[in-house]
Amino acid sequence: MIPAPLAEIVEDFAASPREMRLQMLLGYAQGLPDLPDRYADQDALERVQECQTPFFLAVEIDDDRRVSLFFDAPPEAPTTRGYAGILAEGLDGATVDEVLATPPDFFTGMGLAELISPLRLRGMSAILAHIKRRVVELTAG
Amino acid sequence: MSVTGDPDPKLAEYAHPERLVTTSWLAEHLDDPNVVVAESDEDVLLYDTGHIPGAVKLDWHADLNDQVARDYVDPEGFAELMSRRGIGRDTTIVVYGDNFNWWAAYALWVCSLFGHPDVRLLDGGRQKWIDEGRPLTTEVPTPAPADYPVVPRDDRTIRAFKDDVLAHLGEGPLVDVRSPGEFSGELTHMPDYPQEGTLRAGHIPTAKNVPWRRAANDDGSFRSLAELQAIYRDELGITDRDRVIAYCRIGERSSHTWFVLTHLLGVPGVRNYDGSWCEWGNAVRVPIERPGHPVRPPGGVGA
Repeated sequence: MIPAPLAEIVEDFAASPREMRLQMLLGYAQGLPDLPDRYADQDALERVQECQTPFFLAVEIDDDRRVSLFFDAPPEAPTTRGYAGILAEGLDGATVDEVLATPPDFFTGMGLAELISPLRLRGMSAILAHIKRRVVELTAG
Repeated sequence: MSVTGDPDPKLAEYAHPERLVTTSWLAEHLDDPNVVVAESDEDVLLYDTGHIPGAVKLDWHADLNDQVARDYVDPEGFAELMSRRGIGRDTTIVVYGDNFNWWAAYALWVCSLFGHPDVRLLDGGRQKWIDEGRPLTTEVPTPAPADYPVVPRDDRTIRAFKDDVLAHLGEGPLVDVRSPGEFSGELTHMPDYPQEGTLRAGHIPTAKNVPWRRAANDDGSFRSLAELQAIYRDELGITDRDRVIAYCRIGERSSHTWFVLTHLLGVPGVRNYDGSWCEWGNAVRVPIERPGHPVRPPGGVGA
């Protein structure tokens, strides 16, 4: 199951003409929220090794088992920022179970494959997999 | 009318200085009607965040690759692409891009498959232009379509295929321009990121490893002729009699090295094996070299 806010983003992309999709992704790149002050020191964040560009991610889980996500990526990596923006908007506030149940290929229906090579598009699954791994670690034991 | 070259003394050292321009030359030629600037990036969104004024976008995946077969656009597709970008056969194309002109060199190489007469690289690429505080814009130009003839794609002269590489083993130098970890076969598979899908790790037997990035300075520009000669001529022993084949993973990093060998050092007959490790590391019964594992001839009958 794709959590509803994320499913809505997927549908928006799917319903948009090809030329619009990159602009939408750019919108997510530009709209990626700044890190809160407590993550000002990036050592507090985890580096996602799979990404070719430096990319930072922090996951928090509150008492209601709701997940908050924090990302940072440099402006010269707008595609990675765009992926982060989509996941930030689509998964922030979802429950632990919802995040873990998100299919790794949730983005297949977005129509990005004709614009971004499959190799680079895989960055999106890499980020999602990393989020899930952190969620599992934080909820273990 | 042909556009004069950049007389910069650093470029003048190279074998084919007419294949490079400096940022200051380009700044003075942005309004030249015979010049079209094209940005080709790894990150497909980068152009849209801001580009050199007047520059068009050339996307390696959406524009230069065939969308079905693993190949480049065909002659009709190339002519249509050029026409849409306002590029005629006489136009001087100046390509630049992110990541040390990685993809820009690839775009230049594809244009060279179609024999475009005058295609140049911006020395230092996007990074140097920005670091020098030169202007960027988000305004996307809408060029008037140009006439571009349908010309055949020459797949023999600067392009090598798997069978060419097999026949080349032991006959001439092979340059593997990937990182040392990819070359040695240590990197096979990272968590959640199967590296561009190869089943086997290592390198093509007889290949020497010279990571592509060694040809570039930290500011993105190419190293001086003397430095390049030290790497490719002295260290690797490449002479003008050699017929070199370069490869990487999908052929883009090796386009960068192809450019260095062909246009900066003037080595004739260099080919880029664009199938690269993505093909070789998945192909059945091709020899692979990995430290500690002797290369074996193909087993079985009927080899």
